[in-house]
Amino acid sequence: MALIPFPRASLRSPARRLLRSGLLDALAAPHGVESYLEHLHPSFLPRGPRAQIAEIRHGAGSVTLTLLPNERWNGFRAGQFVRLTVEVDGVLETRCYSPACEERSGGEIEITVKAHRAGKVSRYLHEHARPGMTVGLSDAEGDFVLPAERPARLLLISSGSGITPVMSILRTLCTERHCGAVTFLHYAPTPSHVVYRQQLAAIAAEQRNVQVVFAYTRETVAGQLAGHISSEHLRRVACDYRRSHTYVCGAPGLIAWVRSRWADEGIERLLRTESFLPPSFATARYSAAAGMVHFSRSDAQVYDDGRSLLEQAEHVGLRPPFGCRIGICRMCTCRKTAGSVRNVLSGEISSPAEEDIQLCVSVPVDNVELAL
Amino acid sequence: MTTATAPQLSRQQTDELGRELDAIRKLVLADLGEQDADYIRSVIRLQRKFELAGRGLLFFGFIPPAWLGGVAALSLSKILDNMEIGHNVMHGQYDWTKDPELDGRSFEWDSACPSDHWRHSHNYIHHTYTNIVDKDRDVGYGVLRMSEHQPWHLYYLGNPLYAALLAVFFQYGVALHDLEVDRIVTGEITLPEKREQLEAIGRKVGRQTLKDYVLFPLLSGPSAPLVFAGNASANLVRNLWAFTTIFCGHFPDGTVQFTELQAAEETRGDWYYRQLLGSADIDGGQLFHVLSGNLSHQIEHHLFPDLPSNRYADVAIQVREICERHGIPYNVGGLGKQFGSVVRKIARLALPD
Repeated sequence: MALIPFPRASLRSPARRLLRSGLLDALAAPHGVESYLEHLHPSFLPRGPRAQIAEIRHGAGSVTLTLLPNERWNGFRAGQFVRLTVEVDGVLETRCYSPACEERSGGEIEITVKAHRAGKVSRYLHEHARPGMTVGLSDAEGDFVLPAERPARLLLISSGSGITPVMSILRTLCTERHCGAVTFLHYAPTPSHVVYRQQLAAIAAEQRNVQVVFAYTRETVAGQLAGHISSEHLRRVACDYRRSHTYVCGAPGLIAWVRSRWADEGIERLLRTESFLPPSFATARYSAAAGMVHFSRSDAQVYDDGRSLLEQAEHVGLRPPFGCRIGICRMCTCRKTAGSVRNVLSGEISSPAEEDIQLCVSVPVDNVELAL
Repeated sequence: MTTATAPQLSRQQTDELGRELDAIRKLVLADLGEQDADYIRSVIRLQRKFELAGRGLLFFGFIPPAWLGGVAALSLSKILDNMEIGHNVMHGQYDWTKDPELDGRSFEWDSACPSDHWRHSHNYIHHTYTNIVDKDRDVGYGVLRMSEHQPWHLYYLGNPLYAALLAVFFQYGVALHDLEVDRIVTGEITLPEKREQLEAIGRKVGRQTLKDYVLFPLLSGPSAPLVFAGNASANLVRNLWAFTTIFCGHFPDGTVQFTELQAAEETRGDWYYRQLLGSADIDGGQLFHVLSGNLSHQIEHHLFPDLPSNRYADVAIQVREICERHGIPYNVGGLGKQFGSVVRKIARLALPD
C-alpha cells in the first residue's frame, strides 16, 4: 500500500470555494480539479473521506485500529458500520467494519478486525497496518442504531467480532449516563477470544444499571454461561427479554435462533439484527442451496441452466447491453451483488463479494444475484 | 490481396494455437498485482504533471522557449491521456484493481470523442470484427479505401487527401466514428436515429472546445492568441501522432483483411488467428512504446485487449515464438517502414486495381 501523506492543513475557505467552482472544473475537464490536486499533492481535497491509522493494538486473533478520519467524514451513530478500503497487491479491497467506540460526529474511531487466514483485508491489516498509513473510509451506513429516545430496557447480544457495534451502543449509553437497565450477553469460544473483556468488566463494575455476561462455547468458566444461545441462557440473564429492545449482532446461527424465537413470541418489533460474515465463509455455508439466479432490479429469477448469465438474463426477457458475447469488449459488464461465478475463459471462480463481472463469459457457481 | 501469404491452418492447429494463447493470458492474469497498478498510476501522475506544466508554460507563451515547451508538455499530456491511459483503461485493463479512477466503464478521456461511443465502436465493433471488411468500421473509417475488398469508386481518387484531413482532425474523426456518417449519407440509417449520439458528441466537443479554445486563452489575457495557437498545436501533434501509430496497427504491408464469409463460424483459435494476421507491431524503445500507448504491440493488444498494456512487451516474446513454431507470419517493423507502407497503400488504393 502506498503511503499517502495525510491532510493536515486544510485549505482556507476562499481558496476552497475557487477550487470547487465550475470554472476550475471546466478547465480541468474531463478529469476534474481534485484528480490533479490528489496526484500532485494528496493533502489537498481528497475526493472523499479517508482516515489515518493512529494506533494499532494486537490482541488474541484480532487487531484493533484507532483511525483518525479526515474532515470529509461525517461521523457515525452507534451500531452503524463503515467501509474500509486498503490496497492489497494493487487491488482496492473494501470491507465493512463497525466502530466499537462511542457515537461521535468526528475525531478518532476504533475498529477491531478479526484475523481470518483466508481474508485478504484482515490479513493485510494484521501484517502491514502501521501508524501513519492512510486507508479509504466511507460514510457510516446501517440502521442497527438506537432510537433517539433511548429504550428503558435493553438487551444486547453479540458473538465473535459482532461485538463491535454492540460495544459502541453500550459505550454510547455510558457516555450519555443512560440509567435504563442494559444486559450485555456475548458469545465467544474462550475468554481470550473476547476483545473487550477488560473494558466490559470495568463498565459492569462502574455502572449499576449494566449487567455483562459472557457465554463460552469451548470452555467452562465459573460464573459464566456455557454453550450456544438457549432458552436457559435467556431465562438466567434476561428474564424480561419480552419487554426489552433487543440488538443482536454475530454469527448467522445466533441471529437465526433469536429471530425465530422472537417471531414465535410475536415480539419481532423489538428486535434488530446485523450479520457480518467473511465472504469466504459465506459461500461454504450457503452453497447447499445453489441454483438460483436473481435479477434484483427487475425482480426476476430463474433456475440456473448452466448457460452464461447473459443468455440466462435474456431468457427471462431482460435486455442487458452486450457486444461481442465472447468476453472481449466488456459491454455487458454488470454488478454482481451476491454469489460466486466462474469465468468460462479463465476457469477462475470469483469471490462471493460484490463486484463487476462480464455476463457473457460468466456462469453461476451458487446462488447469484445481479443488479439487473 | 495478401491472403495468399497467410498459411491455412487446420482445425487442430488453430485449436492448439488457441490453447497456447489462452495459457499466456491465464499466466499474466494470475500474476497481475501491485506493480501493474503502480505503473498505470505513475503514468497518470506523469500525465497530470505534463498537463499542468503545459498550461503553465503557455501562460508565458510570449517567451518563445516557454511557448515551445508548453506545446511539447501539453502534447505529451494529451498523448499519454488518450493512448497509454485512456485507450487502455477503457478496455477494462485495470478493472481488477477495483479503483474507481481506473474503471473502464466510467473513464472519460481528453478527446472530442465521448468515451461511451469509443467503448462501442472500438472495444466492441473493432476488437470483435477486426479487419472484416464491411463489419470492422476501422477499415477505412467509412471514409478511406484501405483494402482491395472495398470496391473502387471515383470518390476514392481523393484517398490521400481524405487521409491527410483525417490525420489533422483526427480527434474529430474519432468523435464522429460511431455516428456512421457514411451510412447516413447512403440512407441505410437516418439522422433522427442517431440524434442522441449526435447530442452527446455536441456536448463533449463543446466542453473540449470551451476548455482549449475559450477559457484558457481568455484567462491568459494579452497572451490569448498565443495560448489559443499553443493549444491548437498540442491537439494537432496528438492528432498526427495518434493517426500515425494507429494506422500502423492494421494497414502495413502483409496485414490481412477478411470477408464476412471467411470469418464466419469462427472458433476461439480462429478468432486469435484472425487477430494475428490482421495486426502489425512497430519496433522501438521503451519510451516509444509508452508514447504509442503500447499500440506498437498491436498484435498482442488484439490477442489480449484487456491485459494491462505494460505486459505486452513480455507477451510479445512468447507470441513471436508461438508464431514461428506454427509458421504464422509475425508482422513487425520500424515506424518508418510500417508507416511508409501505409502511405503507399493509401495512394495505391486511390486508383482502380
